[in-house]
Amino acid sequence: MTAKRRGAQLGMLAFAVLIVMGAYAGVGLGINGKVPSGMLGYGLGLGGLMLAAYLVLAKWAPWADPLLLPLVTLVNGIGLVMIYRIELSGQAGASATNQLMWTALGVVMFSATLIVLKDHRTLQRLTYTAGFVGVVLMAIPALLPGSLSEVQGAKIWIRIGGFSIQPGEFAKLALVVFFAGYLVAKRDVLALAGRRLLFIDLPRARDLGPVLITWGFAIATLVLEKDLGTSLLLFGAFIAMLYIATQRTSWVLIGILLFVGGAFLAGQVFSHVEARFNVWLHAEDPALYDAGGGSYQLMQGMFAMGSGGILGTGLGQGHPRLIPLSFSDFIFTAAGEELGLTGLMAILMVYALIVERGLRTSLAARDPFTKLLAGGLSFILAWQIFIIVGGVTRLIPLTGLVTPFMSAGGSALLANWMLIALLVRMSDAARRPPPQAIQDEGLTQVMQR
Amino acid sequence: MNSTLKRVSVACLLMFGLLMANVTYIGTVKADGLRSDSRNVRGFYARYAIDRGWITADNGKTTLAKTVDTGDKTYRFEREYPLGKPFTHVVGWFAPESASGIEAAMNRYLDGSHPDLVVRRAIDMVSGKPAKGASVDLTLNSKAQEIAYKDLAGTGKRGAVVALEPKTGKILTMVSVPSYDPNPLAQVNKAKVNAAYNKLDKDDNKPLLDRAIDLTFAPGSTFKTVTSAAFLSDDTSRDENTQVDAPDSLPLPGTSISLPNYHGESCGGRATLVQALTISCNTPFAIMGMDVGYDKLKEQAEKFGVGQPLEIPLNVAASNIGPDEGKAALAKTAIGQQSNQMTPLQMAMVAAGIANQGTVMKPYLVNKIMGPDGAEIDGTDPEELDEAVTPEVAGELTKMMIGVIENGTGGAARLPGITVAGKTGTAETLPGKPSHAWFISFAPVEDPKVAVAVFVESGSAGNDATGGAVAAPIAHDVMQAVLGR
Repeated sequence: MTAKRRGAQLGMLAFAVLIVMGAYAGVGLGINGKVPSGMLGYGLGLGGLMLAAYLVLAKWAPWADPLLLPLVTLVNGIGLVMIYRIELSGQAGASATNQLMWTALGVVMFSATLIVLKDHRTLQRLTYTAGFVGVVLMAIPALLPGSLSEVQGAKIWIRIGGFSIQPGEFAKLALVVFFAGYLVAKRDVLALAGRRLLFIDLPRARDLGPVLITWGFAIATLVLEKDLGTSLLLFGAFIAMLYIATQRTSWVLIGILLFVGGAFLAGQVFSHVEARFNVWLHAEDPALYDAGGGSYQLMQGMFAMGSGGILGTGLGQGHPRLIPLSFSDFIFTAAGEELGLTGLMAILMVYALIVERGLRTSLAARDPFTKLLAGGLSFILAWQIFIIVGGVTRLIPLTGLVTPFMSAGGSALLANWMLIALLVRMSDAARRPPPQAIQDEGLTQVMQR
Repeated sequence: MNSTLKRVSVACLLMFGLLMANVTYIGTVKADGLRSDSRNVRGFYARYAIDRGWITADNGKTTLAKTVDTGDKTYRFEREYPLGKPFTHVVGWFAPESASGIEAAMNRYLDGSHPDLVVRRAIDMVSGKPAKGASVDLTLNSKAQEIAYKDLAGTGKRGAVVALEPKTGKILTMVSVPSYDPNPLAQVNKAKVNAAYNKLDKDDNKPLLDRAIDLTFAPGSTFKTVTSAAFLSDDTSRDENTQVDAPDSLPLPGTSISLPNYHGESCGGRATLVQALTISCNTPFAIMGMDVGYDKLKEQAEKFGVGQPLEIPLNVAASNIGPDEGKAALAKTAIGQQSNQMTPLQMAMVAAGIANQGTVMKPYLVNKIMGPDGAEIDGTDPEELDEAVTPEVAGELTKMMIGVIENGTGGAARLPGITVAGKTGTAETLPGKPSHAWFISFAPVEDPKVAVAVFVESGSAGNDATGGAVAAPIAHDVMQAVLGR
């Protein structure tokens, strides 16, 4: 029997807000030697915001996982503090006020999703609508002229006036919903075994269609929008969900082969993919370091983390200004300098816990659509963190993606808060006690899978 | 679907595991390399984030290097050298990417990174204050230092002056000319610093070199004190009144040339040691050198410190009497020529050793180190380097050197009411080139407080450099300054 654990949730939420407040004070002490004057208002603002989110959750999803909201509050808050700190360092583009506003909007989206979406299974009926919306969102920047869609080489924006939206972040949600709905419907067919090669059952050739279409879509993203990150993110999520749905390892192998092959071919034709690889392999090479579009940014991030060492310099004592885009793609390395290896491990641990809560929801869910949607959303979150954090720490080639909840940027915050709302909604459904049987026949058949 | 979900969960776990392993690798194994990478300017910024300790003299009363809080965010603490040129070679400078002199040698105290300061640093770190370094107080007597610099620079020649406290080894004066203003090298603008440095580096007079300790020169007749020490120590029946052969010209064995006295002067065929040193005859000391032999002369020189590695804490070039090249060469070595090469510091140690009854003290520059709170955390205890000669021989040598001041070539170093002992030197360099002028001395003889070596380099402007005329007056002023008269 699961408990609501609402008291624990409120306690953890207060704890998360307290940690963020401490970090905020630390920045002020590190830079000016005194606690920032806006401390109280800022604390009340964030606290109030999260209290509101908690009340919505308590009312509309009372059985939801008690850890999701506090964990997200913590990373979101640390991201806010880092952006505040980077803004103080004088790096152009960092704005803590904007980020706080976006966080507030994110919480509004979170609440709205919970209030409007009483039962997430209605999404299953919108499978193809979601797919259409996802494709359109992805396609808009590619079709818009560069002046309205391109920032620093990546054609992934919609820029109207002073406002810019990254539609890919919302497309991510729509496409995962689509994949879940589609795969639930087609998984029996897709799981049919074709020929057996070595130890692996290959799928039938005629079932390759959906994979090939998704693959084509991913490669198009790569080529037309020069966005290796999103391309890798979506295709990886699709393959993972295909695997969850069909239980066929062969899909994973086919997916990896297709993507690597496609990326390799694209690399032959388009220089930016190959350049990314070179930068990854030879980042320390002085020639690449000095070259335009070379390894300068990557190495500055590495220098920051190396200088931070195990304990970090302390908030406000590092030099995040030295890392280009330290408030966006490279925020993880800026945190590494000031919070050290210790802080980075903590951040990764919080992320891992969010993913773990999501996967747990998926395991506990009672119907295939919920399982697939919760599993897909959890995986895409983990996968995104792996791609961007692995990229800035030189584990894998760098592909620009947002660090969820930390990087500056409104679209990503809104989309990720909606993602959490979906997980909360599903965990509420999964953890809600099933209706009691009218006849008391013992505890059999209470759960159905 | 749960079985595949579990596998995907494991895959997620693996991804986070990889990320954590990788950041751990960066934060530990790779951290040092990344931190010290020359392209990582944080190390450069860090130099200016520390409230660097000051460098002082005269027991903290005179400031030689100080740290100024500019309030700037990136370069908060800058370095200034209020007294400039006379102290440059000793104090050094703290440049964006390098340092010299005491600034380099005592860096770990000055920047607070020395293990002795670890507790203090931890307190600063926790309290969020900028790290504060320890201050270093030097043994220099700033008045004597400034007079030595003024006098030497006033000659228009290159050279060095070193003054020691004979009983302790404290370095009271260490001046090298030409000098330069260290302040332009301590700016934060790397380009400006490089330009200033390159200009100094290209200067033909080589101002960057510290002539007191970085270079060695032929010591000329001042080395006769060492030869005398070897000769007197070789046979205890000898004293300052022992008669030695002093021919007008000495045929050098195995060659067709003869060694004359300075300017062809006559020393009368026989002379006492006192007489020979007083008028600085060459032939008797050449004979003495050949008499004691190369090994004993070398051993005697080593006992005065020649060839011993010295850190004061600046590195000192090794002095050397040169290789054993036969009797004719030895005759010249004994009068400070041939391959005989000494640093001015080494010759000051010879004077100080004789002054201190034969015991040579280890020379040192750091008087004490004061923690950021002003408490003394370390001080240098005087240490014996070696016993160069017995007190008896030291006494005999002193009498010979008093003769030089009172009746001989060193008259310019006389001090009223104080007995001074000394020796001039005028070392030939290359044929046709001007000579090096030397002077070593100490005073008061009864209770020596200061031993000086003055060196004026050959090839500098003018040809009239003799030890007695050029170097002795400078020694006079320095001794006077130290003795407070």
